[in-house]
Amino acid sequence: MGAQIVTITSGKGGVGKTTAVANLGIALAANGKKVVCVDGDIGLRNLDVVMGLENRIVYDIVDVIEGRCRLRQAMIRDRRLPGLFLIPAAQTRDKTAVSPSDMLRLGAELRSECDWILIDSPAGIERGFKNAITPADRVIVLTNPEVSAVRDADRVIGILEAEEKGSPSLIINRIDYDMVKNHDMLSAEDVLDLLAIDLIGIVPEDQTVLIAANRGTPIALDDKSRAGQAFRNIARRLTGEDVPFMDLDSQDGLWQRLSRLTGRK
Amino acid sequence: MKELPPLVQIKGLRDGLLVSLGDADWEKLQAMLIAQIDERQAFFQGARLALDVGSQILHVTEMVNLRDVLSERNVSLWAVVSDSPTTVKTAQLLGLATRVSKPRPEESLRPAADAVEDETALWLRRTLRSGTRIEFPGHVVVVGDVNPGAEIIAEGSVLVWGRLRGVVHAGAGGNREATVCALELSPTQLRIAGEIALPSEKKGERPEKVYLGNGRLVVEPWQPVNLKSNR
Repeated sequence: MGAQIVTITSGKGGVGKTTAVANLGIALAANGKKVVCVDGDIGLRNLDVVMGLENRIVYDIVDVIEGRCRLRQAMIRDRRLPGLFLIPAAQTRDKTAVSPSDMLRLGAELRSECDWILIDSPAGIERGFKNAITPADRVIVLTNPEVSAVRDADRVIGILEAEEKGSPSLIINRIDYDMVKNHDMLSAEDVLDLLAIDLIGIVPEDQTVLIAANRGTPIALDDKSRAGQAFRNIARRLTGEDVPFMDLDSQDGLWQRLSRLTGRK
Repeated sequence: MKELPPLVQIKGLRDGLLVSLGDADWEKLQAMLIAQIDERQAFFQGARLALDVGSQILHVTEMVNLRDVLSERNVSLWAVVSDSPTTVKTAQLLGLATRVSKPRPEESLRPAADAVEDETALWLRRTLRSGTRIEFPGHVVVVGDVNPGAEIIAEGSVLVWGRLRGVVHAGAGGNREATVCALELSPTQLRIAGEIALPSEKKGERPEKVYLGNGRLVVEPWQPVNLKSNR
């Protein structure tokens, strides 16, 4: 299989795209793949912070595109995983510094360098979003179980369908099972019912995710974290493995339908 | 100012530029348009462009390509006006406007009733997601859901074979005979002609139909048509 470019987008900001990219990158790299995470949020970069690589940035994506450095010079190697790299966004420029065709060229060049390219899309549906989805082979739409986030995800899916990007996959992030049970939060089933696309993962609400992100040590490295486990499962599903969905609560009919296995995962 | 070739005409509008393209091969027209823009970069910098393509038939790839090429030149395409239903549909799919502030005369003068009497319907076999806006001077049939954030504005009736959760305006030209039917009727807002109704709290569990009766919107179960009634 050739290198795959996966873009993670959401429409709404603050739903966890950057955290998801960092964690999926780590999970894929931990399985021995060579992975490059690209921060597409030019002007508001933070993938470097979440990955704990901020102080090692010399060149960024705009330097590559404008020819001030070679691609490899802008690829920052992760401290923990030898197969994981980051191409940071430029902080002092804005989205217009990069065009969709620049991203296509960058994507083509990266394909020969690695197995997986994960692009962190900025929020919104404007230029930065266009840049992020243009080179993608596959798009993952991330949403929270909130009405506004789901509405924006629906809009983004509509745009992706109109641009003939193929049907995207869905990650539902930060689901709080207790709140769902009390009808204070949309259930995964409600979200799926509206968006009607393929589900590739559900990540439970987990406070340690935020703590880990602030420290620059993404949660996918933590064997005991349930959110970390969810991201590792999504990474395995990306590579084509058939991984049953985690049993977040055995009383929910969705889990029974989704998981092939009975009993606990 | 330099004289423009007749195939590409540029006009100022209240909210941007209107570019009218003549009748020629699309590749050629696009190349000419881009050449114009490149030639007068300062003028086009940051412009909002509405494009009148006449009867040119454009599909998604062509329109997306054009929009990308324009956006690389910092020109944003916000509307595509066309006589071709295919092109209009493509523009709607991409979330572009299909009318500009000064509507084309033939469009505004055409009486709504004509289209309705012709029983013209727009057939949409897909789910309308948030941000989609469908405007049609006749009936609209959706085989799929209408999600919250999507809008249908029809001069005739609207029939949804699915869940209706967005905004629907039937009889938008003033046709008070228009109806709205859906398998599950829970719209964000529903209008027929000039009347507005907000949804009731209960979730529509069975197919329902809305029509105007005595100046008010009336909801009733949607049942097989009674041939004696004219609705």
